[in-house]
Amino acid sequence: MALALEGSQALARTIALCRPQVVAAYPITPQTHIVEGIAKLVADGALDCEMVSVESEHSAASVALGAAVAGSRAYTASASQGILLMAEVLFDIAGLRIPLVMTCANRALSGPLNIWNDQQDSMAVRDAGWIQLYCATNQEAIDTTVQAFRIAERCELPVMVCVDGFTLTHTLEPLDLPSAEQVDGFLPAYRFRHGLDPADPRSLGTLVAPEHFSEVRHAHHQALMRAQTEIEQADSDWAAVVGRHCGGLLEVRGDPQARLGILTLGSVLGTLEDAMDNDPSLPRARFIKLRSYRPFPARALREACAGLDTLIVLERALSPGAGGIVGPEVQTAVIGMEAPPRVHNFAAGLGGRDLSLDLYQRLVDAVLNEARPEGFAIIDADPSLLPEADR
Amino acid sequence: MNEQPLQSLDALRARQPRFRGLESGHRACQGCGEALAARLATEAAGPDVVIANATGCLEVFTTPWPQSAWRLPWIHSVFGNVAAVAAGMEAALKQQGRATQVLAFAGDGGTFDIGFQALSGMMERGHNVLFICFDNEAYMNTGVQRSGSTPHAAMTTTSPPGAVRMGKRHMKKDILSIIAAHHIPYAATASVAYPSDLRNKVRRAMDTEGASFLQIHSPCPLGWGHDGSLTIEVARLAVQTGLFPIIEMERGELIGTLPIRDPKPVSEYLKLQNRFRHLFADAYRARKELEHLQAIANRNIERFELRGVGIEKYDTEGADTVHRGGDRWA
Repeated sequence: MALALEGSQALARTIALCRPQVVAAYPITPQTHIVEGIAKLVADGALDCEMVSVESEHSAASVALGAAVAGSRAYTASASQGILLMAEVLFDIAGLRIPLVMTCANRALSGPLNIWNDQQDSMAVRDAGWIQLYCATNQEAIDTTVQAFRIAERCELPVMVCVDGFTLTHTLEPLDLPSAEQVDGFLPAYRFRHGLDPADPRSLGTLVAPEHFSEVRHAHHQALMRAQTEIEQADSDWAAVVGRHCGGLLEVRGDPQARLGILTLGSVLGTLEDAMDNDPSLPRARFIKLRSYRPFPARALREACAGLDTLIVLERALSPGAGGIVGPEVQTAVIGMEAPPRVHNFAAGLGGRDLSLDLYQRLVDAVLNEARPEGFAIIDADPSLLPEADR
Repeated sequence: MNEQPLQSLDALRARQPRFRGLESGHRACQGCGEALAARLATEAAGPDVVIANATGCLEVFTTPWPQSAWRLPWIHSVFGNVAAVAAGMEAALKQQGRATQVLAFAGDGGTFDIGFQALSGMMERGHNVLFICFDNEAYMNTGVQRSGSTPHAAMTTTSPPGAVRMGKRHMKKDILSIIAAHHIPYAATASVAYPSDLRNKVRRAMDTEGASFLQIHSPCPLGWGHDGSLTIEVARLAVQTGLFPIIEMERGELIGTLPIRDPKPVSEYLKLQNRFRHLFADAYRARKELEHLQAIANRNIERFELRGVGIEKYDTEGADTVHRGGDRWA
């Protein structure tokens, strides 16, 4: 049954359905409503969970790490500066192959201070070794969160569920929450088999010298690559329960016959779909919703790009001094195709800049008559607002 | 010479069935105070514990993969988060209804400096964790750099004496007063020179519900510049001079001290260590710094009323002293 829920409140209730035994978090906009919601469920006795309100995000990630190695299902959430402050611990969690789940309510990074939505935060920890799943809608955020626990626990890898801040977290809309029976059936009780137990004392996080370190990294990389199967499996198994898919690794939408493709991560997809649907005079596009950014599904991406002449990679972050972050990875993936599309790379919607319906037209205009990609641009930047020297 | 030393060592060990949490064979330097302190602490804690260990010597010398010297479940995450990892383990064990207790181990850097925020948060939230600081008064694992715990005037690689400096310019952070301000149920100092006292304090902390803190003075022969055979003597002198007071607190209130029988001048402690060598130069500033350090010791003795009255079983000469006939006090 659909309920009118704010994205964050829906996530809080979904996480409670996943029965985490320890939740640790530190307040940061726009993540805060999620952990407020969990705290209230704990206070009301609706969730048997230790809620640890820590003194920093560094400790939030560390408490979740400690809880997971002590055998509990653990969860945390953060955004923006919080992701950066916990970055050291995020790398450690992944390197130690500790299964836990966190929500990243995507937000811009300082400076200057900006509390609004883009995806620079999760992109900054792209290489931490976590699985990263990007959600296009709040319904996907709900379903992906349930799947994330199963993926984390089966792969022994941490999973970051990336949900656009405000655009999703603070939007009230009709959402379908799964039942406790549905989640319990999908997510059996779990105990990390490499955890700490006095009956079988192990040492975790030891000093690993050069003669073994490359193998540690190789194993971690392979585990992430193998996780592609589990991500697809979790999505199809959950779809069998609730009747909804999230798209597995990626999903092809829009016009499958179109020669123009647009690849997106997160909620901007809905804006582009609406723009195209609203105006039949616009050129048609095939949308590629990249759901799993880590692991990066290169093979699935090549299949999704078959028949495209042009592919626009639209990002919500950038690597200053180089350009896009996802764009070059997509370019690398498609280069192995027999007839690869021309890849154009743009960023838009940085720091909460409004993503309006005319974005579709601007993207199409920018590339359709271009024989060669121009390189990277922030498509909605207005250089006339800048001093001459900065344009 | 004993003809069968190994066999007799095994025989000796067989007569000591007590639990060992940290085995021999680790890579610590000869005379390492921290290794001794960790062995004593885990012996007293017993087998039903889990340990979170901050980055530092103790982590590095005990776990060169694929070896480990620990007979206890143990995790190292990063440098500054040990109190938070321990808090997470405690929250998990509590939610699971398990009685296993949680220890957090850190050096002085992981306690006084980079790990302090997480420690403060853990104490404020009242997690049932015993946090043990192995205080060797500098960043030894990275090659002896000054920390918030390094004593005033001590030489380290980042507080070298020179034409215009006399070692560390700042004071040793009064960590126990900061801990006391959290009003946790139990906090204490101990020294590897007084092992029975140390073990008793670990047991007492483990019996206390809530956060507890133990600061163990642990000489580092390499960093302090003394012979490895002098570790106990140096540690004992730190206590006997008043430079490292042995005290116990409940809820931030002082409840006990190890009285000093006939306090010794600080120079007896300082002259054994290269890190204070520059204080013994024939120079005005050296003499002034020696006076300064003596004043710090005097102030400690006054503040905690450490001066003993006559001969007591539990004082700096009586505690952990083996007497003729094998009778040991305290």
